[in-house]
Amino acid sequence: MDLFLNIAVDGVAYGMILFMIAVGLSVTMGLMRVINLAHGGFALIGGALAHWLGREVGLPFWIAATLAIAGTVAIALPLERVLYRRIYGFGELQQVLATIGLTFLMIASVNLWQGSTLLAIDLPPALRAPVDLGFRTLPAHRLAVIALGLAVIAGLWLLLERTRFGIRLRAAVDNRATASAHGIDTGLIYMVTFALGAALAALGGIFGAELLPIDAYYPLRYMVLFLIVVAVGGMGSIAGSFAAALGLGVIETAARYLVPDLATLAFYGIVIALLAARPQGLMGRV
Amino acid sequence: MRNLILPLACLLAAVAAFFVFPYDLAFLTRIVIMIVFVLSIDLVLGYAGIPTLGQAAMYGSGAYAAGLFSIHVWGDPLAGLAVGALAGAAIAALSGLVVMRARGLTLIMLTIAVAAILHELANRARGLTGGADGLRGIRVDPVLGLFEFDFIGRTGYWYALAVAVAVFVLLAVIVRSPFGLSLRGIHESPARMTAIGASVYWRQITAYVIGGAVAGIAGALAAQITQLVSLEVFAFALSAEAVIMLILGGTGRLTGAVIGTTLFMTVEHIAAANDPFNWLFVIGALVLAVVFFLPAGLIALPRALTGLIVDKGGRDADRT
Repeated sequence: MDLFLNIAVDGVAYGMILFMIAVGLSVTMGLMRVINLAHGGFALIGGALAHWLGREVGLPFWIAATLAIAGTVAIALPLERVLYRRIYGFGELQQVLATIGLTFLMIASVNLWQGSTLLAIDLPPALRAPVDLGFRTLPAHRLAVIALGLAVIAGLWLLLERTRFGIRLRAAVDNRATASAHGIDTGLIYMVTFALGAALAALGGIFGAELLPIDAYYPLRYMVLFLIVVAVGGMGSIAGSFAAALGLGVIETAARYLVPDLATLAFYGIVIALLAARPQGLMGRV
Repeated sequence: MRNLILPLACLLAAVAAFFVFPYDLAFLTRIVIMIVFVLSIDLVLGYAGIPTLGQAAMYGSGAYAAGLFSIHVWGDPLAGLAVGALAGAAIAALSGLVVMRARGLTLIMLTIAVAAILHELANRARGLTGGADGLRGIRVDPVLGLFEFDFIGRTGYWYALAVAVAVFVLLAVIVRSPFGLSLRGIHESPARMTAIGASVYWRQITAYVIGGAVAGIAGALAAQITQLVSLEVFAFALSAEAVIMLILGGTGRLTGAVIGTTLFMTVEHIAAANDPFNWLFVIGALVLAVVFFLPAGLIALPRALTGLIVDKGGRDADRT
């Protein structure tokens, strides 16, 4: 029973991190039909900025994290304007290559700036304090991550279902040309959505640093993981990404607890079986 | 006749390189092996239009299969190549059944995942593959019983070059065959090919299997000539760099693979020797430059330049 609860808590926390990082990827993929392999790079930039602001500038964690997310958005916005805007119309191969090229540039830049060592992010004492759950004590960080993940999905749901921006975004996802003909500024929607996705990736990168440690090679190391979440969830589906991230987080955590030697293989095996049965993902259209 | 000029010039350059750079034979041989590997990607990606980032799965399988075969069964190099080709084809066939069902991002992710799974398997099966230490003790008999592999790598170079030429000719025949033309058709429009009665799924799997066999041959060559197989053969970086080499040269043309690989590896040899991280700046910028300014690759550069002079539509000119 304890084992089961351990797997549940760790798996859900891990899943929430995956969700935060991957949801932006899923939405940009559904909206702009762009295969953005550089998405993990925004988590890296967020994490590296938080590391630098916290360790070298000496700001408290919360301020450092906020500034790091803002900084990531400040980098993402011009990138969308200058680079991504041009690749929306490309074929998938060109998109893949352009974003791999961008990933390499991000890795090289972070390395030049911070070196190739682990970029630790110091959590505030409030998040490091142990919390007694009855069956085990665990750092408050895990619970904070779970709460944050729930807040993100709730916020996204409100944004998409209850605001004017959400209506426009959904219209643009369904049919860009028609949405544009109705006077919706799809270019602006793309930019805002891209920035939001980058901000969420940075958020996930910073708060997930305990589970997915940040270093310069971060975007390449975890690229497959993020792509798996999007593919299993179904492109463009926020609910799908959420279900996939939680499910995969729990499955991988369970595999690590139960069959540590074969965890990676078990994880990939399940993913491939799932995609063989449903190539479009859990909640993907088509 | 004009189609023969460029490949023959490449071959002549390869022969000349042997005499001009007698002290860099190991590096030249690596280029030739890489050309075979990139040719396999050209068939899969350039002709059949399957966006793969996991071709290393087949390369690595061929390398391990050929290495194990020469250690445990028979040291004949040509038999080893055949085993490598079979291993690559088998992995491609097995994974292709699942991979080709998907499209777009899911397909790309699956190709990466297959290589990652094999990497993990090779790492776990320490007793068989040597795990992270690599597979050692590969001994290869003389080629055709006549040419012993020497320390300087003369035999290795000619052997690799002969295999590369054979693969090039084979692929040139395949892409000009009715099957090759149907692959081009699928690349252009899968819906229309389905409408005229071609089975897109099975043809893509066939192309993937042939590409897998060629990648397996490349892996087997590497295993025989370096006499070592490490886990790196399954690395994502290998797949990604090979695709970049292909794009650099130009997809959908076999000579594009040859030129792109040679150029990329030469620049890497000079630039990356001391600083792998700054090398990433170079590759990153190079890829972006090619994708944005030269979508058809370097092989189209002469035409793109003349297009710039003749009319302003340089971008359209290099698509012909």
